[in-house]
Amino acid sequence: MLLSALVFIPLLGAILLAFFPKERESAIRGYALVVSLIPAVLVYLIWQQMDFSQSAMQLVIQRDWIPSLGISYKLGVDGISFPLIAVSALVLPLSILASFTIKHRVKEFFLWMLVLQTAIYGVFTALDYFLFFIFFEASLVPMYFIIGIWGGPRKEYASLKFFIYTLLGSAIMLVGILALYLGSGLRTFDVQVLAQQANLAPTLQWWIFLAFFAGFAVKVPIFPFHTWLPDAHVEAPTGGSMILAGILLKTGTYGFFRFMLPTFPDAAQAFSPVLAVLGIVGIIYGALAAMGQNDLKKMVAYSSISHMGYVVLGVAAMTPMSLNGAMFVNVSHGIISPLLFFVVASVIYDRTHTRMMDQMSGLFTKIPVAASLTAFAAFANLGLPGMAGFPGEFFTFVGSFPVYTTLVVLAAALGLVTTAGYHLWMMQRVLMGKPTGEELPDISGRELVVAAPLMICIVLLGILPGIALRLFNEPIAVLAARLGGM
Amino acid sequence: MIQLAWLIPVLPLAAAFFIALFGHRTTGKGDRVGIGAMSIAFLLSVGVLLDTMGGARWAQHLTWAIHGDLVLNLGFQVDPLAAVMLVVVTVVSLMVHIFSVGYMHGDVRYKRYYAVLSLFTASMLGLVISDNLLFLFVFWELMGLCSYLLIGHYFEERANVHAANKAFLTTRVGDVGMFVGIMLLFAAGGTFRFDELAARIADGSFALPVLAVAAILLFIGPVGKSAQFPLHVWLPDAMAGPTPASALIHAATMVAAGVYLVARGYALFAPVPQALEVVAWVGAFTALFAATIALVMEDIKKVLAYSTISQLGFMVAALGVGAYTAAVFHLMTHAFFKALLFLASGSVIHAVHTQNMHQMGGLFKKLPVTGWVWLIGAGALIGIPPLSGFWSKEEILLDAWHHHPAIFWTLVAAAALTAFYTTRATYLTFFGTPRDKHAYDHAHEGGRVMTYPLMILGVLAAVSGFVASPLAGFVYFGEPHHASFDPFVFGVATAVWVLGVGLALAIYKYNLVSRRAIIQVFYPIWVVLKRRYYIDDVYQYVFVRGMIGLALVSAWFDRHVIDLIVNAVGWIGRKVSEYVDEFDRGVVDGIVNGIGGAFVVGSRVLRQVQTGFVQSYMLVLFLGLLAGLAILVIGG
Repeated sequence: MLLSALVFIPLLGAILLAFFPKERESAIRGYALVVSLIPAVLVYLIWQQMDFSQSAMQLVIQRDWIPSLGISYKLGVDGISFPLIAVSALVLPLSILASFTIKHRVKEFFLWMLVLQTAIYGVFTALDYFLFFIFFEASLVPMYFIIGIWGGPRKEYASLKFFIYTLLGSAIMLVGILALYLGSGLRTFDVQVLAQQANLAPTLQWWIFLAFFAGFAVKVPIFPFHTWLPDAHVEAPTGGSMILAGILLKTGTYGFFRFMLPTFPDAAQAFSPVLAVLGIVGIIYGALAAMGQNDLKKMVAYSSISHMGYVVLGVAAMTPMSLNGAMFVNVSHGIISPLLFFVVASVIYDRTHTRMMDQMSGLFTKIPVAASLTAFAAFANLGLPGMAGFPGEFFTFVGSFPVYTTLVVLAAALGLVTTAGYHLWMMQRVLMGKPTGEELPDISGRELVVAAPLMICIVLLGILPGIALRLFNEPIAVLAARLGGM
Repeated sequence: MIQLAWLIPVLPLAAAFFIALFGHRTTGKGDRVGIGAMSIAFLLSVGVLLDTMGGARWAQHLTWAIHGDLVLNLGFQVDPLAAVMLVVVTVVSLMVHIFSVGYMHGDVRYKRYYAVLSLFTASMLGLVISDNLLFLFVFWELMGLCSYLLIGHYFEERANVHAANKAFLTTRVGDVGMFVGIMLLFAAGGTFRFDELAARIADGSFALPVLAVAAILLFIGPVGKSAQFPLHVWLPDAMAGPTPASALIHAATMVAAGVYLVARGYALFAPVPQALEVVAWVGAFTALFAATIALVMEDIKKVLAYSTISQLGFMVAALGVGAYTAAVFHLMTHAFFKALLFLASGSVIHAVHTQNMHQMGGLFKKLPVTGWVWLIGAGALIGIPPLSGFWSKEEILLDAWHHHPAIFWTLVAAAALTAFYTTRATYLTFFGTPRDKHAYDHAHEGGRVMTYPLMILGVLAAVSGFVASPLAGFVYFGEPHHASFDPFVFGVATAVWVLGVGLALAIYKYNLVSRRAIIQVFYPIWVVLKRRYYIDDVYQYVFVRGMIGLALVSAWFDRHVIDLIVNAVGWIGRKVSEYVDEFDRGVVDGIVNGIGGAFVVGSRVLRQVQTGFVQSYMLVLFLGLLAGLAILVIGG
């Protein structure tokens, strides 16, 4: 029941929102925020009911839906999905709060934001391929409109590119799902049953794995399927960027943990070197491309590509520590990147009206609190120890080192320095130097309320990574054992 | 008292947060909070040291992370090495905290300065009591952050920001090596803890070649942090920070951390002589190399900067030749006398508002306290008995002599140059005729808040050498080791400092040889030294420009090659679909839609996403079903 409520309350909220008169904008905003906070309460209740010392699916709810095709309505949560649900429950209300500055077609905007929430919670809880695919695709539509209507100057191009690119990926994945359904001969779309009992011929396993890969690789995104991301981020409104970077990218990496690794362990192992190379290329290439940007938002977008490379590397290495590291990066990037997008896109852009770094200078002098926040987010993003970015990267590297020694050394050598480099260079250009232009107002109370919870979580997870690790350690250990530990 | 050791880093940490959040509401904008926390931390450190000398030890662990069955129990501990370091760090930091009240008076970012100063000290103290490589690395990096903030304190000037970036990035290059070393050690030993690693080495779990590689990789971290060649370039530029911060960064904390790491992880180095040989030569070369640059610097802080690099080279070389106790001893005495010299130079800069020694001169009369303590510090740096530096340097030279004559003579040459450049700096600053009359007339001491810390450090710089023999029985690796007095080594050391001091006086005081003439004779060498051997220039052009160039190429490549492919695919899809569309209208055959493949869908959406969405979507589903069947046929 809890999970169904988690998934559908935002949708219900959206339906009720449709009856609001559209000129009551502040009421709409407040209402949307309150609705988005309900899942946070539910997540707390779920957390209390869960036992993280076991790897099994919990709070499972299953109802027949289309029995003739073996499709059921099945939701469940385990230590792998829970952290991502928790991150969503944190980031989604904050992204709504960050979107209070939206002035144009307010009602529609928050309506789409609430619909998007249902899709997100659905993706992370669905245990039936058919149901999952519906949520996975459903997350595209609200985001398409959020970028396409409330986006920047090139919003049409960006939203279409985002939509078509991910749609193509998921179309191929759908082929894989159907092949899995038909090939297994089990006549079910049940994720767990298929993972445990599907006895696929090696070649078929390979093909299906690749089809799944197409869908999730675009979403993560894995190099070279990433070019939709910088465009989408640059044009998306702040709230959209926060969700896109913080949560939607994780639906891609989540796919690896939930579907690809457990269901196709042999294919995954065979594919692992390719995955590792793609991950490393993503880390280094993303960091270099980030350094080459003048647009702040683009820089952050490329940095997301770089960070997702860590997840891919950790998945490829398949050791308990590397998988844990990858999961941790999922969580840490899920809270750091929304903060970073919020400060550069909302706090800084709303004041300076530019995202071009060469047009800013000396913000430390002009808006000290906002600038300190930016520096905080930048240091968190570059993986400074003591903040959440560090443990994930550290465990991914250390866990992957015995498996892919050369690649890890290469990534460490080029990635760590470049990553530090582009953040410092950004701060040099934007925050330091002599102040120019007119006086600007420093950070507002609302903006501080958006930033503070994220900052607290960043420090907390940085100092005590165990609080997140203990959630998913057990299922990850089982997964690693299934993969043979390599 | 030793049970309270955890409070020592926690107090300044708490102070840092308090100052950052509420400092502006307290009197003194937080400086009192910082000083208070440091004072208590200092008293605790003394208590901990006394307990440790009485044989007490302390350790505390927590489960920091679990991976599968692997539980990472990491924590903190206090042993003699840590106890000594705690006292050294807290003493110097406290003096810097107090001195800064005068020096930084009226600074626009006074509060931020104190917050960072406290955080910096907390990081160093945390590093000192870490019992494992992971925590050490965490504090190591936090210190990197703090030094970045302190060096970039006056960030309105681009040059200062560059200096801060250079420090962070150069040390990060070293950190990469260290990080790979940590990964290798963990892969081979399965632990981050020093005691467990030592145990694994003792029971032979490590293959010696692996250990050698790991040790050398680990050593790259200290090469960056302790500014050893070839990663020394950040340290002289780091003088852009406020001078008291330099005293902290370059005497007792950050640069000492590298040396401390080698000492802390000595069990990793000791079994592999090749690794120690590398350490010894890097240290000895750096000691000499940096001293040559110090000869020609005009900026008083730059002289001290290169002198610091050189003295760190002595410590590193000492560790390399097995002089464990001597290295720690020199780390301690150097912390006192170099902090003293930096603060004294701060006092001078505060008085005359310039850092160029050619615009000073004769300041001894105007700044008697500063002058006297500077003389003590300079004497200790040169190694004049019985000042502290003499004892520690003598021990290093003794062990170097027994280890390898080449290392010994390299260090002796460095010692001779040290005597020369120190005397030169002393004379140019405090003696002779004032070269800037205006600045000279307005020069005065900075008040008690500045002179008292100088006097306290002056006493320490003078007498801390006398602890040599208790220290040897307290901080050691393996067995206590005490090299016996060697008249030859003593004679050589004395001869070179007398020679160095004499030559400098002959040139600068008595003008027996004209400086101009010397420069003319050695002009090519002089230019090379002035340009710091062109190393900074090479790094700037090769690495910094290279990296930025590569970044711009990557960004361009992404936009114009990879994205071009994406757009081209989109364009082809649209063309195909237009064709198919025409065909479709003529033939009206549902199956034909499939030929266009997924691109058709894409392009349909592209053209008419608002209206054709559902249609296209159903088509995808349909195609998917077809392709699924196809895969089943091919694959199954």
